[in-house]
Amino acid sequence: MVNCSSNQNVKPVVKGVSYFLAHVPSMIRHGSKPSREIGRDPSLLPSILSHLESFDRAVAYAPNQVFIGNLDPDDLLHIPPPWFKNPVPDSSRWGPFGEIMPEEEFYGMMKICDEFQLLLMEEGFLQEIALRLKKHPLFTVEDLEKLDKGVSLEHIEKQLSEGEAVPIYVQGDQLIGCCKRPHGGGAEEDANLVPHILLENLSTRASGVLALRHLIDRLGGAQEIDYLLGCGEEAVGDRYNRGGGNMAKAIGELCGCTRATGSDVKAFCCAPVHAIVMGASLVASNIFNNVVLVAGGSFAKLGMKFQGHLRNDMPILEDVLAAIAIWVGQDDGKSPVIRLDSIGKHEIGSGSAQQAIIDKLVVQPLDRLGLKITQIDKYATEMHNPELTEPQGSGNVPRINYRTIGSFAVLRNEIKREELDRFVEIHGMLGFSPTQGHIASAVPVLGHSVRKMMANEMENALFLAKGSLFLGRVTQLSDGISFLLERNKGG
Amino acid sequence: MILGAPDADSAGLYAETVVSGDPSWAGPLANVALGLPVFHIMEPEIKAQIDPEVYKEHLELMEIALDVEKIAEGLDKVRKESS
Amino acid sequence: MQLKGKKVIIIGERDGVQGPAIEDCVKSAGAEPVITQTQCFV
Repeated sequence: MVNCSSNQNVKPVVKGVSYFLAHVPSMIRHGSKPSREIGRDPSLLPSILSHLESFDRAVAYAPNQVFIGNLDPDDLLHIPPPWFKNPVPDSSRWGPFGEIMPEEEFYGMMKICDEFQLLLMEEGFLQEIALRLKKHPLFTVEDLEKLDKGVSLEHIEKQLSEGEAVPIYVQGDQLIGCCKRPHGGGAEEDANLVPHILLENLSTRASGVLALRHLIDRLGGAQEIDYLLGCGEEAVGDRYNRGGGNMAKAIGELCGCTRATGSDVKAFCCAPVHAIVMGASLVASNIFNNVVLVAGGSFAKLGMKFQGHLRNDMPILEDVLAAIAIWVGQDDGKSPVIRLDSIGKHEIGSGSAQQAIIDKLVVQPLDRLGLKITQIDKYATEMHNPELTEPQGSGNVPRINYRTIGSFAVLRNEIKREELDRFVEIHGMLGFSPTQGHIASAVPVLGHSVRKMMANEMENALFLAKGSLFLGRVTQLSDGISFLLERNKGG
Repeated sequence: MILGAPDADSAGLYAETVVSGDPSWAGPLANVALGLPVFHIMEPEIKAQIDPEVYKEHLELMEIALDVEKIAEGLDKVRKESS
Repeated sequence: MQLKGKKVIIIGERDGVQGPAIEDCVKSAGAEPVITQTQCFV
């Protein structure tokens, strides 16, 4: 609701956060790295297929349980690594923050998102999925009608052999559908409207829709949402509008947000934190009462480090699409507050040294607030699960970021050098996020922080995210943004 | 070649790739030994040549955060194996 | 190894030392960067 009657700033709060995982092991072969490697050496495919995890094992995988809120990040300290060898007993696909969905059901959601009939799915498969989705609390009758009747397997096979299409499998290699190229309006000649990119966009939309539906299911009031901010890594658009976007509205359309408009924020991995700052500002300035951020999963990053996983004969654990939705609203006296006087930003003139980045994102904001580095309960930084990155030689990303923050505390004489490990233990946590870029960057911690602050178990947390602008080969610049979340002391 | 990797594993992987060939046998440098001299920016013999003011501005913090000794050990191993 | 007068390939890393920061350092030692890259594995 737009409220122009008051100029008084309101405090923006985080009313809730939802997290969604689609377990899509059969899609790993279409991830950027696996598809390139399989293209070079097709004999890789059998070993990829023999290293896929079952849905039950994905549900029991401890970091996934942390992601959907059934476990706390610190619970991982008590589960011996490797976590994939130590499944969590009695784990559930449902959690307080969202759910983990099997690929079959997720394909159903993708079909519901498919307004241009790009996905062909086998009739028997669609019938079975309709029955399963009927029991799912977040699917409606209108959704099920969109599933359509489907086509024969022969039709799908013909499409694959004749046209430009990407196959869709379940159980690793059981063909159940394909994504074809659109026709008409010059789409046949458009390098931006190829099946691979459209499949990526459909999976981003489908995962974003499910994250947002979970959030609305918990907080209510799809109609109360004024503005949606998309902050995913996809680039929707045709040849004249590459990356034109507005995934936000496309997601909101399927979530009953009929009163919302929206737009996308593009800033590589730190887009969600940029979007939180923008959403909080829109609320604080009374332009909108309720702003929701939403981001779907990164299809391209599926199986990104599969070579390291195969080398270590472990399952390919980059097998989930991860999505988030975050509700920023007006102060309700209980939800944690986004301190708008705490925003840290990496500026164009800041330089790209880590020292400069952390100075801008942590030290300077805390100085402004008169706080020491050690006065922040927890830092939320790049939360990538080290079990996914270390086998490929990419190190333990959260740990190095926590050590960098702690090193500033050493430089500023807040702690002694030998206390650095202890600093990381107290103010950090183990990485638990899928390597889904923007999703892993600080925001996986938000749900846990909100829960703890609402329960009076935590005072504050600083969220800092970094973006690798140089990956686009346009600038060598880095990026980063941060904000402080505080327990609401009102009442 | 000068590296800025944050740990011994990733520094070692780069070094091996440009010294004796891609250890994962995946990229164009599989089985190609370029034999390039490779160092990490924080190794003592490199650090000693950098203007102390510039080093302080860019690397003072990371020297505390990273395990420079371990990174140097890893690179030493790669350099010795190829010589 | 003496950096002065050498051509240097720089491979930085986002969470370690980034390319442009290494570039400033090696330039101060009299080397000439020919390629500067920063990797991001996540």
